[in-house]
Amino acid sequence: MSDALVADGLERRFGAVRALGGVSFAVAPGELYGLVGPDGAGKTTTIRILAGLLLPDAGHARVLGLDPVKQGSRVRSALGLMPQEYSLYGDLTVAENLRFFGRLFVLSRGDYLERTRRLLAITRLEPFVDRRAAALSGGMYKKLALSCALLHQPEVLLLDEPTNGVDPVSRRELWELLYEFSAEGMTILVTTPYMDEAERCHRVGLLHEGRLIAEGPPSELIGRLALEAYEVVGGDRERVDAELAGHAAVRAASPAGARLRVLLEPAGREAVAQTVSKLGARLEPTHTDFEDVFLAQVGGAPAGERP
Amino acid sequence: MTGGAHSVVAEGLTRRFGDFTAVSEVSFHVERGEIFGYLGANGAGKSTTIRMLCGLLAPTAGDATVAGHRVSDEPEAVQSSIGYMSQKFSLYLDLPVLHNLEFFGGAYGIGRRDLAARVDAVAALTDLGDYLHAVTRTLPGGIRQRAALACALLHEPSVVFLDEPTAGVDPISRRRFWRLIRQMSQEGTTIFVTTHYMDEAEYCHRVGLMVAGRLVALDTPEGLKREHVPGAMFAVQGDGLSAASGPLRSQDGIIAVQTFGTGLHVRSDPDAWDEAGLRDALSSAGARVASLERIEPTLEDVFLEVVASDTEQAPS
Repeated sequence: MSDALVADGLERRFGAVRALGGVSFAVAPGELYGLVGPDGAGKTTTIRILAGLLLPDAGHARVLGLDPVKQGSRVRSALGLMPQEYSLYGDLTVAENLRFFGRLFVLSRGDYLERTRRLLAITRLEPFVDRRAAALSGGMYKKLALSCALLHQPEVLLLDEPTNGVDPVSRRELWELLYEFSAEGMTILVTTPYMDEAERCHRVGLLHEGRLIAEGPPSELIGRLALEAYEVVGGDRERVDAELAGHAAVRAASPAGARLRVLLEPAGREAVAQTVSKLGARLEPTHTDFEDVFLAQVGGAPAGERP
Repeated sequence: MTGGAHSVVAEGLTRRFGDFTAVSEVSFHVERGEIFGYLGANGAGKSTTIRMLCGLLAPTAGDATVAGHRVSDEPEAVQSSIGYMSQKFSLYLDLPVLHNLEFFGGAYGIGRRDLAARVDAVAALTDLGDYLHAVTRTLPGGIRQRAALACALLHEPSVVFLDEPTAGVDPISRRRFWRLIRQMSQEGTTIFVTTHYMDEAEYCHRVGLMVAGRLVALDTPEGLKREHVPGAMFAVQGDGLSAASGPLRSQDGIIAVQTFGTGLHVRSDPDAWDEAGLRDALSSAGARVASLERIEPTLEDVFLEVVASDTEQAPS
């Protein structure tokens, strides 16, 4: 079966800013694909081109084999879009927002009632149907926006940073919802600036400054890392951190609980081990994760920008 | 400044909007040079608290003293003694970084002569030297973030409020930013910061947790873990884990079972359970365990424990 989503050599500039510098990827039907990268990496631009809201300067996009602009009406009926910005009517209640989108998609009364009942149940928004959208918490607002994007039962769902700025509890709930829809066969493209969320996707494209710098199943990308991660056990975290900051073999450091976690070039392991042992600490191996993939790809790049 | 060792003191700070109580009787103090983390779900009252502490919003009840000034009596004095960096870094994107700094310096009432020296100082601190003449819009998020911080530091505030300063910023810039925050703290600047990144919160000297407008926990990261996630913590990866978590939860000596990322975090009485025992229990409940290891609890575990039961309250 052919790909549900295709980005082929997408390029796009906004004035002096190059948002996309040739981005290509494909998403298979039923796949949960994550486009992961920091702000300004080009995630939203890619989503807008796929949704037919923006034309690329070069390259092309396909949704279920269709051109999202030239065959826009057919694409729109098969596509659900949850944009990053506030897309609901704040003055309308949860129920009124759902009704509005139900009419927009011209659903029959039977379909509308059945789908809203199901969506309200799985998002656990049922007790809040009479609350104005503007008075919802961030996590609940995102779940309502997701529900509105799903009312017409799209085959393909595009979500632009559904979890940005959402607390860890609501983040977890949103991902569980995505798993449910993915298990039912929906094709999902989701963007996120949270590196740890990459590991929740079937396949990931890592986007940085308008280019895809790594792509594959997250476990493979992590497995291919040439760097090693360690936790520094014992010693004073601040002192160890200060001492290792200038060490050539230390690619990055961050807290892991009360300990310091360091990402090392294997060749420098012994030297680092000696340094920390002078501070009364030792290195204990730990798992590498997706954030390390980013640090490994980008960490060496701009001078003076080392973490 | 007259506030002694405490840079920020909140006493019964409360803010109501109509029938809705956004912040309810919140009391705490922040010491000079402390990095104070203020965590909570969206809508828990973090930004409302910050707006009151910055003198931008009057409390309905209670009061706060910030850098020696009471927010209810002298909001202007509070505003001129603090630095504030909002969630959306409010820079003029069409202007070069330098013009943004000059604009904010003027707004803070810094005279022309002092301004040049202050711009040099904050640009050096935040390492912006190479970007002063670049139009802000063309810069990556991590550099814009440092520019926004530089603007908030121009008038040498003794207290800096950072509202989700690293949201959406890449992992390298996040690390650099926190190095800078810790350096400022060591030099005596008080930092009041909110974040959704629980690993960053580990850098805070103390952390307060907000749930539905109330401050429900306040301690050092170590203290919070001791109190809220006691016992031995294990991370489990594998298949069929969610189905097996129910039966596991009902066993004696199992304190908590939480979905965590793609796996489970299991917390247990260390005298009753070891790796092998847990592995057996999960297998007999139908799970295929790929890996199981003892881990140190993090603030995310604390957050999930304290906040999970309380985030989705029924409407009153």
